[in-house]
Amino acid sequence: MSRYLLRFGVLGYLALILLVPVGFVFYRAFEHGFAHAWDAVTTPEALHALWLTLLIAAIAVPVNTIVGVILALALVRGRFSGRGLLNAVVDLPLAISPVIVGLGLVLLYGRGGWLGGLADHGLHILFAVPGMVLATMFVSMPFVVREVVPVLREIGIEQEQAAETLGAAPFQVFRRVTFPAIRGAVAYGVVLTTARAIGEFGAVSAVAGNVEGKTQTLPLYVKAQFDGFDTAGAYASSVVLALIAIAVVVSLRVLQPKEH
Amino acid sequence: MGISVVDVSKQFNAFTALDEVSVAIPEGSLTALLGPSGSGKSTLLRVIAGLEEPDSGQVLIGDQDVTDTPARSRGVGMVFQHYAAFKHMTVYDNVAFGLSVRKRPRAEISKRVHELLELVQLEGLAKRYPAQLSGGQRQRMALARALAVEPSVLLLDEPFGALDARVRQELRAWLRRLHDEVHVTTIIVTHDQEEAMEVAGQIVVLNEGRVEQVGSPRELYEQPANEFVMSFVGPVNRLGDTFVRPHDVEVLNEPDGDGSSEAMVERVVHLGFEVRVELIREDGQHLTAQLTQEQAEQLELEHGQIVYVRPSRETTFSAAARRPDRQRSA
Repeated sequence: MSRYLLRFGVLGYLALILLVPVGFVFYRAFEHGFAHAWDAVTTPEALHALWLTLLIAAIAVPVNTIVGVILALALVRGRFSGRGLLNAVVDLPLAISPVIVGLGLVLLYGRGGWLGGLADHGLHILFAVPGMVLATMFVSMPFVVREVVPVLREIGIEQEQAAETLGAAPFQVFRRVTFPAIRGAVAYGVVLTTARAIGEFGAVSAVAGNVEGKTQTLPLYVKAQFDGFDTAGAYASSVVLALIAIAVVVSLRVLQPKEH
Repeated sequence: MGISVVDVSKQFNAFTALDEVSVAIPEGSLTALLGPSGSGKSTLLRVIAGLEEPDSGQVLIGDQDVTDTPARSRGVGMVFQHYAAFKHMTVYDNVAFGLSVRKRPRAEISKRVHELLELVQLEGLAKRYPAQLSGGQRQRMALARALAVEPSVLLLDEPFGALDARVRQELRAWLRRLHDEVHVTTIIVTHDQEEAMEVAGQIVVLNEGRVEQVGSPRELYEQPANEFVMSFVGPVNRLGDTFVRPHDVEVLNEPDGDGSSEAMVERVVHLGFEVRVELIREDGQHLTAQLTQEQAEQLELEHGQIVYVRPSRETTFSAAARRPDRQRSA
C-alpha cells in the first residue's frame, strides 16, 4: 500500500513540476493549428535565432567535451598539487548564478576591462557571438567532467597499465582502453552539456546585447516574443527548443553501443 | 633473459618500500618474490616492469640497462592480481592487443592468438567478453595476452590471489607446466609461502623493503638465514632462543631421559592425514606438534592427557640474525 503511495507521490510530483508546464507549452503552441505555429518559427528572426543557438552549441559542446575529458583525466590520474583546488573550480559554474558569469565577462571584455582593448583592434567579444560562445562554454563546462570522473575512478588504472606493458603508446592507451570505458559517461555528459548550451539564458543575455536577428539566441528570442505579447511565437519557439533537446537525448541513446 | 636489480630504493612519502635491494634472476628461471604485505615485493615487480620509477638504483634486463626505458619498450609481459582484462574487448581482442598495437598483419595475429588460446585452454571462448568468464579463465586469458608479445620476461603480481583455493591449486600446477613449455624468465609475486615453494625454483624472501634470503625452496626451509625466514616459510615453535618445526616435535607416552619434558595435550586437530596437536609444557610454554594420523592413534591422544615432548631438531640463530625486522628511524 505504502509502496503505491510512494510511487504515485513521486509521479505526481514529477507531473506537477515537469510534465504539466511543458505540456501546457506544447498545447498553447499548437492551439491555433500546426500551420500557425510553423509560421511563427519560420520568420527570419526566429530562424536566425535557431541558427545562432545551434552554432554556439556546435562550438561550445565539442570544446567542453574535449577539455572536460582532459580535465577529468588530470583530476583522477594526475599527480600534481592543487588538484583539490582544480576540483572545486570545475564546480564553479554550477555554484554561481549564470548572470554573474555574464557580468564577469562584461567587466573583463567591456570598456576599461583587462581585455577591453581587444574591441579597438576589431575583435568584438561583447555584444557579439564570441562573448555568447564564451558565456555558454562557461556555464556548460562541468557536465562532461562530472560524468567522467567517477567512471575513471571506478575503472582504475590497471587496464591502462596492462596496455602500457603490452607496448601501447600513451595515445593508443587512451584511444583503445580508456576511451571505450568512459564512452557512455562522455555521451551522457555531451547530452547534458548540449541541453545546457542550447537552453542557457542568463549568462548569454548579459553579454549578448539582444539585437534581434543578430545576437539573439532561441531562448532570448522566446523571452523577447513573450515580452512583446507574441505568445504564439514564444510557445512555438519553446517547442523547437524542447524538440532539439529531445532529439539529442534520443540520438545518443540510439548511437550508444550496447553494454556487454 | 636474466634480470638484475642493483641497489634499488623506492620511497612513498615517509614509507620505504624498497631499501637498496639487489637481486639477480637467472635466465629461464621461475622466481618467486615472497613476503608479507608491505614488504616491497609488488613494488619491486612494478619497478622491473617499468610501472614504478625507482628513486635510485638500476634495473637490467639481459645486459641492457632499462632503468630509464618506459614500460611499453621493456618487452615485459605482466599479469595483475585483478586480471586487468579489457572489459569492452572480446577474449580474442584482449589477447591480440599487444600485436595489434604493433600493427602486425591480421593473418599473423589470428594465427598467434589461436595458438595462445589453445595453450591456455580457452579455444572455444574467443568471442566471449571477460565478464562472461570465470576468474580462473580470466587469469588464463590475461596470461595469454601477456605471452602474445613474446616477452623476454613474464611478471605475475599475485596472479592467483583473487581466486578460490581449488582454482588456485589448479592454476599453480598449470603455471608450472606452462613454464616448462615456454621457458620465459618468470617472476611471481606472492605472500603465500606454500605457493612460492610449489611453483618457484628460486625464492627471494623480502621483508620491510629488504632481501632477507635468496635460495631454493629447500634451502629456505632447511637453512633459513634468520628468524624471519624461519617463521615465514613454515609454521614454527619458538622455545626461548631455539626454533622447532612442528614436525620436529616428538610426542611420547613415557619420559625418555635426555631432553624430553612433560606437557599436557590441549587440543587435537584432525586435518586428514596430518594431525596437529596443541600442547602446553610444564613451564607454561605453548607448542604445536605435527603427527601423522597413525602416530596420533598409537599415542591415543586426548584432551588433558599428559605426554612427553622432545625436539628432534632445533635451530638457533646468532644474535645478528635474531631480530631481522630491523628498527628504522622514523
